[in-house]
Amino acid sequence: MSADLCELGFLEAADALAKGQMTSAELTAALLARAEQLEPALNALTWRDAEAAQAAAKAADEARAAGDERPLLGVPIAIKDLLNVKGQPCTAGSNILKGYTAPYDATVIERLRAAGCVFISRTNTDEFAMGGSTETSAYGTTRNPWDPERVPGGSSGGSAAAVAARLAPAALASDTGGSIRQPAAFCGVTGLKPTYGRVSRYGCTAFASSLDQVGPMARTVEDAAAVYQVIAGLDSHDSTTSARPVGDCLADVRAAADLKGMRLGLPKEYFAEGLDPEVERLTRAAAEQCRELGAEIVDVDLPHSRYGIACYYILAPAEASANLARYDGVRYGFRAGAEELQEMYEKTRAQGFGAEVKRRVILGTYVLSSGFHDAYYLRAQKVRTLIRGDFDRAFRQCDAIIGPVTPTAAFRVGEKSADPVQMYLGDIFTVNVNLAGICGLSVPCGFTAAGLPAGLHVVGPAFEDARVLTIGAAYQHSTDWHKKQPEI
Amino acid sequence: MAMNFSENADRMDVRYVAGLARIALSDEEAAQLQGQLDDILAFVGELKTLEVEGVEATDVAGEAQNAMREDEPQAGLPREAALANAPLARHGQIVVPKVVE
Repeated sequence: MSADLCELGFLEAADALAKGQMTSAELTAALLARAEQLEPALNALTWRDAEAAQAAAKAADEARAAGDERPLLGVPIAIKDLLNVKGQPCTAGSNILKGYTAPYDATVIERLRAAGCVFISRTNTDEFAMGGSTETSAYGTTRNPWDPERVPGGSSGGSAAAVAARLAPAALASDTGGSIRQPAAFCGVTGLKPTYGRVSRYGCTAFASSLDQVGPMARTVEDAAAVYQVIAGLDSHDSTTSARPVGDCLADVRAAADLKGMRLGLPKEYFAEGLDPEVERLTRAAAEQCRELGAEIVDVDLPHSRYGIACYYILAPAEASANLARYDGVRYGFRAGAEELQEMYEKTRAQGFGAEVKRRVILGTYVLSSGFHDAYYLRAQKVRTLIRGDFDRAFRQCDAIIGPVTPTAAFRVGEKSADPVQMYLGDIFTVNVNLAGICGLSVPCGFTAAGLPAGLHVVGPAFEDARVLTIGAAYQHSTDWHKKQPEI
Repeated sequence: MAMNFSENADRMDVRYVAGLARIALSDEEAAQLQGQLDDILAFVGELKTLEVEGVEATDVAGEAQNAMREDEPQAGLPREAALANAPLARHGQIVVPKVVE
């Protein structure tokens, strides 16, 4: 059974463990063996400790033998190297956190731990989640399992590649401007960016706090929903989390068979210049599939969409410049040798941060600086209001919005790394969802002629995460794109 | 989708701003960043063409409000755990270069 164990999805694994068809130790060993075999070429993981993972799996098996019936007991999950897991390193893909060991669990980890999950590995990320390709990681670029010459997307490219390559049945990731949905689309997996305030960020290395959200990646919508339900909900350690009940959507997601009575909005702004013709064709075919499932497809307008990237690349760097002030070489992480304090700060940050992080911290410092604050930061906050207003109006006409996740399929390693603006333009369909604080799901919707996956974006109003999951599941149940596997 | 670069983009003094951000730059880095940041500022400068008079600013798009809880003391990170990641620690304290003469 061993090689096939890696094929099991998150809920399938839970089921097989509950039925005694395998042990967590067997499953964990199979996944680690696969990582051993694929990692040299894939580089999806920044860290794994076979012994520790085996010990955790064994403990879960013993608990089960002693009568523990927690449904997710012993199910392995990979964690983006941005989230603190007590006793494991947490580097955020940066040299400045090399050698840092997490002294506590992030809230999402605490919840998965309480559910019995095994934290099998840590996944690669662009440095401090700043990037769309994992090329800014201090640990090197992760390769796309569908084509090693191409990027897996980012920043959660390691999580997406690990799930696609069957190194883990599911992974946690984070999304500030598209960092769950874009790599999910590039790697042919399912990823949810929950509503802002739905999932706690306590213990998640902060990038842009008004935009950051933690969410799941998996091979099916059901699996993503199962992880989402464990991690979502109020947390006294993150004051942005909502007290609204999370509810149980898993039964609805599982049963989703059609889209009757659903109105889905297709924004004409998303089908403009710059959208790759193949991605457009796949997205339109997915919309047609939704129509066949009973949905009414309506045209909606998001007139300020085109300003989203400019707005985001003012607000996110501004917040990052403040959040990353803590990396000064004093309390934790890397410290450069220096005679006096100011020099120590400047050298530590010069040597510890990579080029993209420096670029964004400097940009963010500039847009917040005296004399420029109103022209950039305040103006961008006002544009953010206009972008939110677009969605508010659109959601009066439809239950959810559908469209492409990315303007193109996965690009080549190195293709955009020299030109930051070109890289930023790839976020065109995803950033607005973060700016508006709403939820978005990426589900596989087909392949380009070159064999690269594309994603269908299902965007819903705030706190309608269950709705986008159910819509995504209905679509997924009628297609088999998510069942295709990369040949690696 | 590609936006028109604005004509009247600002040009930042990269070295000065990097100093504010406490990042030392080599000459080579400064030159490269200058070009890239000029491009980025020209790009984000597109927002200046948009009429925002009278529009309220959004700082957080959520239901965020003051979250209150009982003011009860709770255990924090133990000192040893907090110091375990310090680059240099001695006598239960973090060691830093001398600040005052």
